[in-house]
Amino acid sequence: MLNIKCPYCGDRSQKEFAYGGDGTITRPKLNQEISDEEWDNFVYLRKSPRGKHIELWHHIAGCRQWFKVERDTTTHEIFRTFKPEE
Amino acid sequence: MSQNFRLNTGGLINRDKPIEFKFNGKKYIGYEGDTLASALLANGIHLIGRSFKYHRPRGFFGAGVDEPNAKMQVEINGCSEPNINATEIELVDGLSASSQNCWPSVNFDIGAINNFLNRFFPAGFYYKTFMWPKSFWYRVYEPFIRKAAGLGIASLEKDKERYEHKYEYCDLLVTGSGPAGLASAYAAAKNGAKIILAEDKPRYGGTLLTDDVTIDNLSGKDWSEKIISELKEMPNVIVKNRSQVFGYYDHNMMVMFERTGDHLEKKPKYTPRQRLWYIRAKEVLLSTGSIERPIVFGNNDTPGVFLSAAAKEYMKVYGVLIGKKPIIFTNNDSGYETAIEFKKNGVNPIVLDTREDQNSELINEAKDLDIKIKFSYAVIVAHGYKKVKSATIGKLDKDKIDFENTEQIDCDSICVSGFWTPTVHLASQSGNKLKFNDSIDAFVPDKSKQNEHSLGAANGTFTLQDTLKNSFNTGSEVSKSITKKDEKIQIPNTNERKYSAHDKFWCSPLPKGKNYKRFVDFQNDVAVSDIEVALREGYRSIEHVKRYTTLGMATDQGRTSNLNGLQLVANVEKKIVPQVGHTTFRPPFTPVTIGTIVGREIGKEYMPTRKTPMHHWHEKNNAVWVDAGAWKRPRYYKRGNENLFEASKREAKNVRDHVGICDVTTLGKIDIKGPDSAEFLNRVYTNAWLKLPVGKARYGVMLREDGIVMDDGTTTRISENHYHMTTTTAQAANVLSHLEYYLQIVWPELNVNVVSTTEQWAGAAIAGPKSRDLLAKLFPKIDVSNEALPFMGYIEGDLFGVKARIFRISFSGELAYEINVESDFGLFMWEKIIEIGEEFNIQPYGTEALSTLRIEMGHVAGPELDGRTIPYDVSLEGLVSKKKDFIGKRSLVKEAFNKADRQKIVGLVPLDRKSSIPEGSHLVENKNAKLPNPKLGHVSSSCWSVENNNPFSLAILKDGKNMIGKKLFAVSPLKNTSIEVEVMSSHYVDHEGKRVRS
Ligand SMILES: [Zn+2]
Repeated sequence: MLNIKCPYCGDRSQKEFAYGGDGTITRPKLNQEISDEEWDNFVYLRKSPRGKHIELWHHIAGCRQWFKVERDTTTHEIFRTFKPEE
Repeated sequence: MSQNFRLNTGGLINRDKPIEFKFNGKKYIGYEGDTLASALLANGIHLIGRSFKYHRPRGFFGAGVDEPNAKMQVEINGCSEPNINATEIELVDGLSASSQNCWPSVNFDIGAINNFLNRFFPAGFYYKTFMWPKSFWYRVYEPFIRKAAGLGIASLEKDKERYEHKYEYCDLLVTGSGPAGLASAYAAAKNGAKIILAEDKPRYGGTLLTDDVTIDNLSGKDWSEKIISELKEMPNVIVKNRSQVFGYYDHNMMVMFERTGDHLEKKPKYTPRQRLWYIRAKEVLLSTGSIERPIVFGNNDTPGVFLSAAAKEYMKVYGVLIGKKPIIFTNNDSGYETAIEFKKNGVNPIVLDTREDQNSELINEAKDLDIKIKFSYAVIVAHGYKKVKSATIGKLDKDKIDFENTEQIDCDSICVSGFWTPTVHLASQSGNKLKFNDSIDAFVPDKSKQNEHSLGAANGTFTLQDTLKNSFNTGSEVSKSITKKDEKIQIPNTNERKYSAHDKFWCSPLPKGKNYKRFVDFQNDVAVSDIEVALREGYRSIEHVKRYTTLGMATDQGRTSNLNGLQLVANVEKKIVPQVGHTTFRPPFTPVTIGTIVGREIGKEYMPTRKTPMHHWHEKNNAVWVDAGAWKRPRYYKRGNENLFEASKREAKNVRDHVGICDVTTLGKIDIKGPDSAEFLNRVYTNAWLKLPVGKARYGVMLREDGIVMDDGTTTRISENHYHMTTTTAQAANVLSHLEYYLQIVWPELNVNVVSTTEQWAGAAIAGPKSRDLLAKLFPKIDVSNEALPFMGYIEGDLFGVKARIFRISFSGELAYEINVESDFGLFMWEKIIEIGEEFNIQPYGTEALSTLRIEMGHVAGPELDGRTIPYDVSLEGLVSKKKDFIGKRSLVKEAFNKADRQKIVGLVPLDRKSSIPEGSHLVENKNAKLPNPKLGHVSSSCWSVENNNPFSLAILKDGKNMIGKKLFAVSPLKNTSIEVEVMSSHYVDHEGKRVRS
């Protein structure tokens, strides 16, 4: 079980959080002209990197804030956690 | 025979308290402080089980977690539990244990025929034998393997015991209370660190209880008692015995298994049997000690063969002799400690040392005691079937690959010592890549991945002096960095005997022409020859050899077999052990009961039960419950002998004819505030939201980005910048997370806040033609006419002094309202409505009637919004705005979503107007078509239409738009039904929606 430092609440057990997937995805703007391929990439395609990865977590049993975590997917080492605007 | 092998004095047992117990149906006596193993050995019982594959007789081999053989079926409080190590279970009054893997009895075991057929049971036997024919798998092979491979028998009874989970945080977790654990815990405790010290055994002290040493002029036992009692007095220290740390997980999450109840004769009420601890430790100090390595020789699995340290432990801790005519077979000085202990207790051992004659403190002491020692000697084979009777021993030649001469000597036991293997399981689990230490022929921890340090024997340090010095220092250093305190501690003086170098000899060679079975892994019945076969057949990777031969698997996890197995592979492959590598050590280190892992999360405690404020009213009025997520909702209110069908029909009919009341508190409710709320809703929902006036509700549909319908519900504009959203009960949590994601991550520029208010508001729906009359009586000061409060209108009112929100929304298709009050007034509201509604024939209705009402109206719900449907499929395409963008819109242009024959919701009625159509039925054109019969759709929801008095169903059907009027078959292989149905509109009742607007 991971130990995750919520940027708002501090160190908490993984049990309090929900995983939110790749944290580097940007949603296309509303009303943006966009090709089918680009849209499908956004909706469906995710990388499954080995090593460092920026991902989203949601502190659902805490402050209910979404934030970003830089984690190594092989060792689970967490390098930093930060607010989405950082 | 009563305790003939119990010494007259000595041991740490309580001789004043005899304890009666049963083994294989026979009564025996032991003492308080015994383990089941020591008590049986005191009674001279050695034959305790049959081996896994060959059903060979097996006896005790170790004295603790090192024991590979003594797995027992134990009866505890009427529950039968398999695979319990007899060396770890404490004797309590009434304990009843029996042998496993033998039939009809341990003395006469039919399966032992396998032993004589053993050339048919080579390595990889299961893989080779059970390959074909395929059809034999489930009929012949699988039942056979299950029967033959089983250890104990799992109980079919419900476990009546109580198990608990506990969470702890500490600065340092110290695993093991031997010298390393005590010293490091003590030093860290003095620095004020928060410490948990865990000891697997009931007694603290580890090897200090059995080694002949002094610390500060105290015996090892006295010193450990002194340290433990000091630690127990310190408020920053938790000291736990009977507690095995068995798993090392990410971010220093340690999991520990505490045996809290089994050793108690009378367990106080609510004391759990076992407890699972989740411990998050800043630093972990692994003082797990080491386990003695066997030396492999012929028939080395015969009962009466022991690890030499175990034999010593039985004497020193339990006052039990494992034999009266022992051979000590050793490659190092440890065997001499056991020999000396035997001698002190009046038994004359003979020592076979594989090394040449030499001097050391221990050897000289043994010589002075006139202990018979044969240097350069080894045991070749043990004789005796159910117990060792004699052994053939031999003088090793110079290269130790053959014997110069052999002789047979009488003995009743053989104690082996092949030097020591650090217990590195937890270190390895932590991600520590181990390194091979040549001087001790074993793996030791290398660089740490997590915050852990191995100390003492677990780190390959085998002298007490070095262990104490390193442990005091490490405990001090590690805690200092956390607490910033530096309490100086005097490292105590020690007195111990110096060892001479050990010999790398680990396996007796086979004399020419002899083919004795030499076991490497007792628990899995893996002999030297099995591993050789695997290698001959081309298995190279140690992980493959492990799986092919089962070496080091199961509950034992290779505690005694691991290194000898690696040594053998290295020898055959002409490599050295570090080139062979080692297999992965996996948690749990020792077996853990399923009950402990489950803890209290069982039955109704599996998850929290959510109850609405009106729960007790429902209960009093004969509600029959249905689970809606964690919520309890009334499915129907039983009157007299009614069944579900009759009751729900009555309740639904009463809504259509008069008025009904339904508890809708469980609907998800989300409060939305902020100047950009309208814009936000406009992006979240498929329809237009910018122009919704204050005091109006609107039905909305939200999609996922892939175009699939996520949820539906109404949202009401309470005031200019304040909205009240409702979601389905099931999706409430997901919708909130979804909204938060878009507000916090995607569109942070929107000034909107959302918060769940599901539990803050109690909700009651009143539905039926009489609902307006009722509402008028509930709120006499409010104009509730159709003009003042039209369909989708919202108004606030005063319900006998309680502030209420009134929404004119309908799920049943009838004229209906939803009233919300603060939860604390929910019951008051409910009772008032029931009281005043009496004159209108009000009846409560449950979820079953609710479903009936919505199905015959063609309103979609969970079964239709099943994560596979787009708005068109459920006929909600009219709510999809063409003008604005919203979440998921871009996906709706997909080719598959716009095919002419795209699936669509339809209604179904059985041609006979009688047969109910099972939900989940598949729709096919021809019920007799050849398989696979093409599926055209599926039945999503079924009800008995109270309006038309016949069954009616909703279905998602391919090309549904053009199928109206067609006849199909709804087939359910599960229910074995095949019903001819007519396809019709999904709106079976009031398809113009007049009632809700009237
Ligand atoms: Zn938080």
